[in-house]
Amino acid sequence: MYFGRVVGSVWSTVKHPHLTGKRLLVVQPLTPELKITGKQLICTDSVGAGAGELVYWVRGKEASFPFAPDEPPVDTTVVGIVDEVHVKRPVTTPPPVERKSARKK
Amino acid sequence: MLIARVIGELVATQKDPSHEGRKLLLVQALNLDGTDRGDAVVALDAVDAGVGDKVLLTTEGFSAMTSVGRPNSPIDMAVIGFIDHIELVDGVH
Repeated sequence: MYFGRVVGSVWSTVKHPHLTGKRLLVVQPLTPELKITGKQLICTDSVGAGAGELVYWVRGKEASFPFAPDEPPVDTTVVGIVDEVHVKRPVTTPPPVERKSARKK
Repeated sequence: MLIARVIGELVATQKDPSHEGRKLLLVQALNLDGTDRGDAVVALDAVDAGVGDKVLLTTEGFSAMTSVGRPNSPIDMAVIGFIDHIELVDGVH
């Protein structure tokens, strides 16, 4: 699953019949420290998430499972609304590894 | 599967019912030299891992769902083991 924030929604009137009634959200991927990373994407919504909320979403065939037995043609779906984020990265970063480069002289 | 480190946890009350009762871990995939490999992801916990643990991360639906015992549910990543030690053969990699 991936972590991000809902930054908007998409309206679509003409769409695949199985997408009827599904909300489409614009999601911005974030790092655990809430910094923007990567590009925005469109996800269907299965939990009632709204703009500004932190969410996590699932990618792939699994994205259609929250709508079972319906099988909508979707590849990303928001499956949870995040209340709290607890992050504790290691304080020390590992030393850079010396690489034996095979440079030609 | 990837080598990864657990760097945090998420708390979510409104989520897919299949995620209930399992920890939501923030997991950072690692390269062999211990540096970060891409962005951190969210994974369900199948082995009771905690922050700081070096773990084995599966990033594919079927294995993730079966490891937490929730088939046909929207789960695409799971922590499925602890890594104690990695041994590399010199001069091969």
